[in-house]
Amino acid sequence: MIIAERKPFAEIKAMVAPYKKILIVGCGTCVAVCLAGGEKEVGLLASQLRLALGLEDKRLEIGEITVERQCDMEFLRPLCDFTADYEAIISLACGAGVQFLKQLCSLQPIFPGVNTSFIGVNNDVGFYTERCRACNNCYLGVTGGICPVTMCPKGLLNGPCGGTIQGHCEVDPEKECAWSKIYHRLELEGSLDNMRRIMPLHPCDRSTTPGTVIHPAFKKRYGTNE
Amino acid sequence: MEFTPKILALVCTYCTYTAADMAGSARMQYPATVRIVKYLCTGRIDILHILKAFEAGADAVMVSGCEAGSCHFLEGNLRARERVEYAQKLLEEAGLDGRLEMFEVAASDAPKWVAAVKEMTQRVEALGPSPLRRGKHLHPEVVEQLENMVQP
Repeated sequence: MIIAERKPFAEIKAMVAPYKKILIVGCGTCVAVCLAGGEKEVGLLASQLRLALGLEDKRLEIGEITVERQCDMEFLRPLCDFTADYEAIISLACGAGVQFLKQLCSLQPIFPGVNTSFIGVNNDVGFYTERCRACNNCYLGVTGGICPVTMCPKGLLNGPCGGTIQGHCEVDPEKECAWSKIYHRLELEGSLDNMRRIMPLHPCDRSTTPGTVIHPAFKKRYGTNE
Repeated sequence: MEFTPKILALVCTYCTYTAADMAGSARMQYPATVRIVKYLCTGRIDILHILKAFEAGADAVMVSGCEAGSCHFLEGNLRARERVEYAQKLLEEAGLDGRLEMFEVAASDAPKWVAAVKEMTQRVEALGPSPLRRGKHLHPEVVEQLENMVQP
């Protein structure tokens, strides 16, 4: 899932300073799980803003709503009429959700309430780590389920490099050596032969931005130009 | 006009509420500055309940539960402490620091409850009324909402 962190309160407060009526839109999927932008966080941010502005004797009317997914027009479209009453919008979704919401509400300024960090996993409540860089060319079948693009601090596709120090990386001893882990994982699997495979150059052209994926069924029905 | 603090106390029914009850039965004297809301366990207290209390004009909020290791529900009080600490951080960011505190009062420890109320009252007297307290009293709706929430 996508991991995000809430922006510092002072930054959010400064963003909404010129407005009298704002809407905070939460997202009930990834950012809700990583405790950054779900329904609870919408309530906390709204309450915090009301308290902070109340102390300065300012009045700010705050609407609160959380949709299932802000990256999906099906869930966003019903917000269309609702948002017209507000001067500005804070979206607590990831960057994709913020952009999609702005596409729908083009008249009001929209502010991100979170910093989108990475695609990662939930190790424990509140502890998230990166696992995927969305490079559009997956090697996990060869590397024992450990992504060298993401997990190797040097991003090496053919490793190990010789800079492994007791399972950690020479560039940052805090970080584990992905290739050392890959070796041990492949050993357990009984597929150490994979270590001898030389991976071709990473097709960087496949990960130029912005990426587009069109499902064959969509293509058949609508052609390639949507 | 003399300032009388309005403190909302969110307490656990098993420990602090019993201690407060005992303090009353024993005719112990303490400032009439607290409004008690009884929870089945402090683990039920949500950060939003605390923030809403401040929005409604509370001068301070005290959360009081069982001593560590003696929660009826094993770890509700530990969770409450974590939430209180997080709420303290949120309040500090908003500019309302020093007005939220967690206490641990055992069921048999009525004097500790009296001391806690006195301590909190003194602290609020030093801080002065909450700048958000526009009316004279806690907004009755909020106290009512909290009470409805914890009714069995």
